Amino acid sequence: MPGTVQSIERAAAVLRLLAAAPDGLGVADLGNALGLAKTTVHGILRTLHQVGFVEQDHSGAHYHLSDAFGRLGETYLDSNELRSRAINWADSLASRSGEVVRVGRLVEGKLVVVHHVFRPDDSDQDLDVGTTLPPHACALGKAVLAFDTSGAARPAKLEAYTTRTIVDPARLADELAAVRTKGWAGECEEYIVEMASIAAPIRGLGGLVVGAVGMTGRIERICDSRLRHRPDLISMVRATAEAIGRDLREDS
Amino acid sequence: MAEQYVAAVDQGTNSSRCILFDRRGRLVSVAQREHRQLFPRPGWVEHDATEIWRNVTRVVPAAVRQIGAEPSQIVAIGIANQRETSLLWDRWTGQPIGHAVVWQDTRTDRLVSELAGDQGPDRFADLCGLPLTTYFSAPRIRWMLDHTTGLRQRAERGEVLFGTMESWLIWNFTGGVNGGLHVTDVTNASRTMLMNIETLQWDDTLLEAFDVPRVILPEIRPSSGVFGLATEVLPGVRIGAALGDQQAALFGQTCFSAGEAKCTYGTGSFLLLHTGQEIVRSKHGMLTTVAYQIGTEPASYALEGSMAVTGSLVQWFRDGLGLIHTAAEIETLARTVEDNGGAYIVPAFSGLFAPHWRSEARGVIAGLTGYITKGHLARAVLEATGFQTLEVVDAMNADSGIALTALKVDGGMTANNLLMQFLADLLDVRVVRPMVTETVSLGAAYGAGLAVGYWPDLEGLRSNWHRAGQWLPHMDPARRATEYENWKAAVQRTFNWIRPE
Repeated sequence: MPGTVQSIERAAAVLRLLAAAPDGLGVADLGNALGLAKTTVHGILRTLHQVGFVEQDHSGAHYHLSDAFGRLGETYLDSNELRSRAINWADSLASRSGEVVRVGRLVEGKLVVVHHVFRPDDSDQDLDVGTTLPPHACALGKAVLAFDTSGAARPAKLEAYTTRTIVDPARLADELAAVRTKGWAGECEEYIVEMASIAAPIRGLGGLVVGAVGMTGRIERICDSRLRHRPDLISMVRATAEAIGRDLREDS
Repeated sequence: MAEQYVAAVDQGTNSSRCILFDRRGRLVSVAQREHRQLFPRPGWVEHDATEIWRNVTRVVPAAVRQIGAEPSQIVAIGIANQRETSLLWDRWTGQPIGHAVVWQDTRTDRLVSELAGDQGPDRFADLCGLPLTTYFSAPRIRWMLDHTTGLRQRAERGEVLFGTMESWLIWNFTGGVNGGLHVTDVTNASRTMLMNIETLQWDDTLLEAFDVPRVILPEIRPSSGVFGLATEVLPGVRIGAALGDQQAALFGQTCFSAGEAKCTYGTGSFLLLHTGQEIVRSKHGMLTTVAYQIGTEPASYALEGSMAVTGSLVQWFRDGLGLIHTAAEIETLARTVEDNGGAYIVPAFSGLFAPHWRSEARGVIAGLTGYITKGHLARAVLEATGFQTLEVVDAMNADSGIALTALKVDGGMTANNLLMQFLADLLDVRVVRPMVTETVSLGAAYGAGLAVGYWPDLEGLRSNWHRAGQWLPHMDPARRATEYENWKAAVQRTFNWIRPE
């Protein structure tokens, strides 16, 4: 049996002490209480701060539990925050690929569009931020469903949008397993006829999947003649997801 | 041959960034570092110029590394910078003399009203295009020379150099005490109040009025043109452009013809309208400023509407009130309610800029009732940016005689969809976001790339511009009118707060 992780035990002890101290505690208080060096306590606090479990007061001298710690079941990254972190990279993906780009996340079993970049051909297009997509029928949805543990990946009924939509739960499970292996998701005419899409998961701190970024376009531009997704587009999408994730992990 | 890139350095109010762009004007990498905001007294805002240069020396290599490029793949450096922020440094040691005094700083308010005297704030407007306010550099230089013992004598002996941030960066990029170039560009010089807006040279009348010795001033160069070779950070790379950040954004939005306008939403927000080679004098509180100058071509001019506090109001809501954790969360909070509930926030933190130019005004929250929640306040924070834009657009339309038909927007706040929709509703025009939101950096890159022949001409740059998003107006005209009336009533309540002693 593998051993326990000491730093997590210590972090748990810090959290317990903070939970019992309504006015918050300083580094020295915690060090004294736990018999730990200040630098050790400081490192633990910094990490807990980064993951959003503790907050500092205005002077920076005292730490207390964050509101978010009491609501761990809720999504930890604000949708508008995700958009503002993704905007530069999504623009870059749209201008390089020449296709529509969207960022989406799973909310109550639906894929909500949190950011939308027009296809860069200056044609008339409408922003669809805030609208929802059926997760099992689009690449963005599959990219997040593949890493979902909330049960959204096992809906009671899978609605058909085209003859190609995956409506068999067992087939969807296989497809999601393939997404986990490949690291990206694709779809050809599964939502709208003659359209295809590619998406990749965005991983925040600790590897948590916070959403997905992907492109959608006419099938002949997204896929080759044998309906395989074009490798150059796949790597662009994956690099974009990586870049957004790196931003999220680095300065949260 | 390996792909080539242009490096844009955006030395902004809160951070310094380096962005690399490819030949299609696409962003390929970004590195950024924030610097400290120093508030030694109420109304004072300073930056440590040494810290800023150190950050620049880190973000440039970081951006190059991010895509695994070699420094030899960088064909030029373009600089865009926070404008009007003023620094003096020692010519021989290269050390800053005190901190840089930031554009938001109001320490010169008394000096400014003394200088205005009986002739009023527009005393120098014919010469430099600007009203006397705490916003511009010249009163700041005067203040620094007057408040450091022996500094004026050292300055007159030629031991002191003045610069806005692009001058400081170029001097350091080109060797600092070892032969660094002491230069500025026409756009930055046009914000000092010391440059004659027609001749584009330092003006003796202005130098005398502000009591600034000519010997401390940098040489004025075109915005796009090779300034020199970097010897530091990217040795051997040409510095091809320097522009004030707002002029850089106008350039990055490819507003190259008279009548084209953009608004950049950041810490403050700035609407610039290209007026061609004509110098338009505003009767409605707009500034006359240089838009850019490419090489030996004649300069292009712009009318500018400046709003001091827009994104920084969101920062205050986050850091000062602690009601949100990140700036983006303001939209989430604002969407918890349907409207502003009757509350209006006028953020006259350092007086009001365009079109009022009231340095004695201070902020208010008007229409407070027990009904107001933090959600309503979040709405009022975002709407303050919308109303300020409407005031500027109204004034701009009156000055130019042409009504704006669409607004090109850029900057960090364009990620806020609620604000963008509110803008479209309030202005009753289409609001359009381009594919590259980082237009400040893009404009600096365009200027530098043009100077070294990486891009052939302006038409080539225009074809890089694409629409990434668009918001259409939906608001009922009656409601729009009522809201605007309420806002104007709130603005009236900010006036005459700071009273003469």
